[in-house]
Formats: sequence, structure tokens, C-alpha cells
Amino acid sequence: MTMQRPAPAADAAATTPPPRRASRARRRSLVGAAYAAPTAVMVGLFFVTPLLLVVWMSLHKWPLLGQPTFNVPDNYTGIGDNQLGGSAVWFTVKYTVIMTVLLFSLALGLALLVQNRRRGVGFLRTAFFLPMAVGFASASLLFLGLLSDEIGPVSDGLRAIGLVDGYVSWTSGSGTSALGSTVVLVLWRFAGFNMLIMLTGLQAIPLEVYEAARIDGASRWQTFRRITLPLMRPTIALVLTMMITGSILAFDQFWILTRGGPDNSTTSLVMVIYREAFIRLDLGSAAALSVVLLAVLVVVNVVQLGVLRRRSH
Amino acid sequence: MKIWGKAGYGVTGGALAILFLFPLLWSGYASVRTGSGFGLENYDRLFTSDNGIRLHHVVNSFTVSALTVGGTLIVSTLGGYAFGRFRFPGRDALFLITLAILMVPYATILIALYVLLGWLGLQDSLIGLSLVLTMFQLPFSLFMMRNSFEAVPRELEESAQVDGCNSFSTLLRIMLPAVRPGLITVGLFAFLASWNEFFAPLILLNSTDKFTTTLAVVNMRTAGHGSIDYAALEAGVVFMAVPCLLLFAFMQRSYVRGFASGALKG
Repeated sequence: MTMQRPAPAADAAATTPPPRRASRARRRSLVGAAYAAPTAVMVGLFFVTPLLLVVWMSLHKWPLLGQPTFNVPDNYTGIGDNQLGGSAVWFTVKYTVIMTVLLFSLALGLALLVQNRRRGVGFLRTAFFLPMAVGFASASLLFLGLLSDEIGPVSDGLRAIGLVDGYVSWTSGSGTSALGSTVVLVLWRFAGFNMLIMLTGLQAIPLEVYEAARIDGASRWQTFRRITLPLMRPTIALVLTMMITGSILAFDQFWILTRGGPDNSTTSLVMVIYREAFIRLDLGSAAALSVVLLAVLVVVNVVQLGVLRRRSH
Repeated sequence: MKIWGKAGYGVTGGALAILFLFPLLWSGYASVRTGSGFGLENYDRLFTSDNGIRLHHVVNSFTVSALTVGGTLIVSTLGGYAFGRFRFPGRDALFLITLAILMVPYATILIALYVLLGWLGLQDSLIGLSLVLTMFQLPFSLFMMRNSFEAVPRELEESAQVDGCNSFSTLLRIMLPAVRPGLITVGLFAFLASWNEFFAPLILLNSTDKFTTTLAVVNMRTAGHGSIDYAALEAGVVFMAVPCLLLFAFMQRSYVRGFASGALKG
């Protein structure tokens, strides 16, 4: 046994580059690892650890203050009994569908509108994109005032042209108007951002492809359906993933603009998680909800990636 | 036909531009409109009323933004250099895990981060918040910096090493100037994200004197019993938005280019 030990070393020396080069490569790899160390620490401490911790927490009764106790699977079975949770799931799904359809249509429309170089296009792109420079929480507060009956011009304007009469409370009057207000806010804030991404997708399509279609006598609609949409698939898949993920995680807009009301009609899933943790002070069941949400989002992302990969081949 | 097309384009585009710009213009107008005309009374109430914002909230916001920008620049520069120029064990795994942060939305791990920061003695602290915000900036920043370093010609680096520079002085003297556009984009994004962040400070900060401006302004809406002071709120919106709009105006190019490349990282 002891005789065998030197053998691999001698073997390695014979097949690998001369020792000096090998040790230089080793040194270089250590230096590289040293530069990557801060990243590894940050990711390990503030991403991997909380990811494992949230799963661990979901298996415990975990009060805000005091000792956690093991209680599997109570936090998970409790999700089914949580009435607000149930309605929040449906509301979040409804919101995600409505938001994704409208935001996608508007962003694609804007991208098509400003895709060609002509006079004033730079101004239009900036105008559509500018809301992105305002923070989302600030934008929600902006709309709170804009839609308010006290100082907002919207109700006055609609009254002036006779569309509404009397007092209208857009953000808290009815579930429908509260949802509508939020949808308009998100469209305003994010349409330009998504337009920009779709614009890079549109501009990556070679002009020759369009030329060829024109020579073949394709109509505008045919060109759009047969060339633009298929060649935009990777971009479209990416944009849809971001829209769906963003909508499922909606919080700021409901917390600030509608406060989840009226009568919890606009309470999203993340609002329920917040409520479980910091109002009902039950971090364990908040963690269980987080884990379920996390699983759903990972599935959504993996499915999207799969579709994206298959179609781009 | 062609002329109508041009006119139709102008009318559609113009109308849409007005719709998109209107809320911004209106908030500026609403913030200076007073009962009798125009003035700064709304700003006065924003900074003096009982639940308005205070200087220390603004200082908190700048502190968090500065720490986040600094942390993001340091970690992503070193990391980007490592991933762009070196091979080392665990390289691919670490890069993949960092990118996975994009797939795991932070709203789902904030509860755990809240507990974790408590263990580290960083609960309700601006440093803890900045560390968390730095981590959320990492996937985009690291990706951006890796690509920036990869785009620098190898000859530049090699000639520096022939002249006797070690890898760290090469990084400082030769590479940093070469990746400046990437650094500006990364810094800009980190500033805007941390300045405007709402959910993370809402969960990680408890005491009102630690609040950032965003949190304090939102608090004017939620803490106000009875009626909301909408005009002061709009003043708050303008106050929050002005630094972002100024940065955007000065750095539109790197902002837009950064968004485009950030979006296509998938």
C-alpha cells in the first residue's frame, strides 16, 4: 500500500505540464477564488442561508418573540384554513392574468410604434420610458393623489364630460375600480420598460427577412404573424416571465394604493404573507406560504425556460 | 395615403406621449398648488407636519444608497474580474447560484432575512438593510461586470503584467478605467434601486427614526388618521423623484443600455 502512494504523483508529473507552469496555474486559480470570495460570502450568507432557513422555519411554530417549536405539518395544513389566503390566491391569479395580457399588448404596441427611425421617435421613447425613473412606491403615491377626489383631476375631468357624476372613490370605492386603478398604475409605470426590451428583440430581426417577405408579396399582418412574432419568441418568453413573476409578487401597489381593500378584495398573496408575519406575528405560517409561493414561481420559471429553449432550437 | 399615415402616427404618438407624461407633470403642479395660488406650503408641511419626513430620513436614504452602491461596486468588480478572467474551483456553481437569485423572488425570503439579521445583530439597522439590498443587486451587477471584463482585450492586461504589475494593481490601474461604463451602469442601478426600495425597508426597519424617505412618505398615508394630506404627499413624490429624474437625464444612455442588456441576460 505504502509503495503505491508515490506512483500517482509521478504519473501526474509525467502527463501534466512542467511543475513551474502547473504551480503558476494553481496560484492563479487561488487568486481568482480570492477575488470571488466576497461574492461567495454575500450569496452564501444572504441568499443560500435564508433560502434554507425559510424552509426550516416553515416546519416550526415560529413566533416573532420566543422559542420556535417543531410543528410539522401544521403551517402547511393551516394554509387551507386561511380564508383570506384562499381569496388572495384567486385575486392574485386574476390580477396576474389581467395584468399580463394588458401590459404585454400595450408594450408590444408601443414597441411597434417606435421601432422605426423617424422624426420625434426619440422623444416618444423617452416619454414612454420616463415613468420608470420614478420609484414604484412613489408612483403608487402619485396615483393615490391623481385618482383622489380631493385634489385629483381624473374625477373632475370625467364629470366635466359627463361620464360620471357625484363622488367617485377610484381606489377604495369598489373592488373593480380599485383593481382598475392598480392596473392603470402598473401599465403607466412598466409599459415603457417592457417596450424597450421588446424593441431590442424587434431590432435584432435582420432587415433582409422583411425585404424577402415584401418581395414575396406578404401583407403587413402576414409579415407580423409569420416573421415578427416567431423571431421574437425568446424576447416574448422573457417579457412574459417577468410580467407573470412580477404580478404574482404584487405588493407595493396594493399596500399603498388600495390598502388591500375594499373588504380585502385587492389583498394579494404577498400581503397575506406580510400579515401572517408582522400583524399576526406567526413567522412559521408566513414561511410556509413563502415556500409554496417559491415552489410555484420556480415551476413557472422552469416551464418558461423549457418552452424558450425548445422553441429557439 | 402616405400623408395620412404620417399624420395618424403623429396624432397617436402625441396622444400617448401626453398620457404618459401627464401624471409626472400633474404631480409637479399639484405639489406647488396651494389654496390661493402657487407656493411651497405643501413642501413646508411635508417637512414639518407631525408625521411628515425629517432630515434624518433623507440622511438614512442617502446612507443606505451610498452603502449599497459602494458594496455593489466592490463585490461585483472583484467578482466580475474573477469570473471574467480566472478559472477556479466552484466557478460555474457560484455563478449559477448567483443567477438563481433572479428566479427566487426576494419577497419569499425576506421573512428569513428578517430572522437572520436578528441573529447577526443587524435587525433594524441601515447596515443590515444595505447588505440585503447589495445582495439583490448582485445577479445583474455581477453579470454586467463579468461581461465588461471579458470585453477588455487580453493584450492590455498582459503588457501590464510584463511591466511587473500583479493582478491587483493590474485591476486598479489598467482594468478599472477600461470597465468604467459598466461601473457607471451598475452604480446607477444600485442607487435607483436602493433609493426607491420600499418592501425591504418596510420589513427590516422597525423604528421610525431608522426609516428611509420612501418609508416615511408612505407612512404619511398609512399612519394618518382620518384624512390624508394629498398635496403634501405629492410634494413627497416630487422630492423622491427629482434625484432619479436628474440621474436619468444625465445618464440616459447607460441607463437604457443597462436595462437592455440586463433584460437579455436570461
